[in-house]
Amino acid sequence: MMKFFERLLGRRYEPSSGEVAKERLRLVLAHDRTSISPALLDTLKDEIITVISRHVAIDAESVQVTFSQSARESRLVADIPLLTRRGRRKR
Amino acid sequence: MTARVITVTSGKGGVGKTTIVANLGVALAMQGQRVVIIDADVGLRNLDLMVGLENRIVYDLVDVIEGRCRLRQALVRDKRLSELFLLPAAQTRDKSAVQPDDMVRVCENLQEQHDFILIDSPAGIEQGFRYAIAPAGEILIVTNPEIPAVRDADRVIGLIEAEEKGPARLIINRIKPDVVRRGEMLDIADVIELLAVDLVGVVPEDKAILTTANRGRPLAFSSDNSLAGRAFHNIARRLQGEDVPFQPLHGPGMLERIRRFVRPE
Repeated sequence: MMKFFERLLGRRYEPSSGEVAKERLRLVLAHDRTSISPALLDTLKDEIITVISRHVAIDAESVQVTFSQSARESRLVADIPLLTRRGRRKR
Repeated sequence: MTARVITVTSGKGGVGKTTIVANLGVALAMQGQRVVIIDADVGLRNLDLMVGLENRIVYDLVDVIEGRCRLRQALVRDKRLSELFLLPAAQTRDKSAVQPDDMVRVCENLQEQHDFILIDSPAGIEQGFRYAIAPAGEILIVTNPEIPAVRDADRVIGLIEAEEKGPARLIINRIKPDVVRRGEMLDIADVIELLAVDLVGVVPEDKAILTTANRGRPLAFSSDNSLAGRAFHNIARRLQGEDVPFQPLHGPGMLERIRRFVRPE
């Protein structure tokens, strides 16, 4: 709602400090709980890309490896766009 | 009936553990429960001051453990509430004087004649925390709606799960409703979502907490005239299994006030 009004007024949406705090906490808790550092996450991503592209064509640039939390369970989520023919044509 | 042993802990210091233990102890005793509050912060004794019993201490927790007195002799009875007792921490010793087994034994000896044993855990995740949670059947985590407190609470919740002591339940202390409304503070829903544990109470910031601590008479004694005082009594009732709805943290907002002014009921 706020976002809508601010866009209407042509202003950029600034998240409140409370929202910023929540986002920062969400990330840091994911790292704390799993003891996976951002650097390790990058390494994982690179190696996943290497392994998968050995077998199928993927859009390496758009691969995303992130955490997802549900209750106190953490999981690693890899979003790996495949290069299909239609995808290729678009580029 | 044997007493329920509940440890109050937080990871981070200064979030209000001792205040919560003092006030919950008073609230439970006012509600007819037989309560012992144990100060497990050996070397940094403070619970005695919060409940105004500092001048009546003869023996302490370490005296009991090392056999210099019987358990009964170390318990300080609160003269205002006949069923509230304090087991004070030693002030001139350190945490190495207490082992997890010692706490288990002390609590076992208290369990028969009381309904609730509340343990005020030291801050941190070291030895003091370890012995404080050893006898616990239940754990209450105290946090503030601030980044460092929530992060430390999460760490402690993880340790408690690893020890299979849980599930821990949460008390959010010192929430400032007006700051939350402006979006400049984590709100209750955010904290619960991030920590993913059950909420057992929310205590709003209240300057009466300070003034009542100054006098050694916890706010819970005079519960009627403050939101925080009522919050302690509500938590005490929830601990006894009552389904107490969470109270609104603020009066009517601006819109609501205008509406009432324009269209009085």
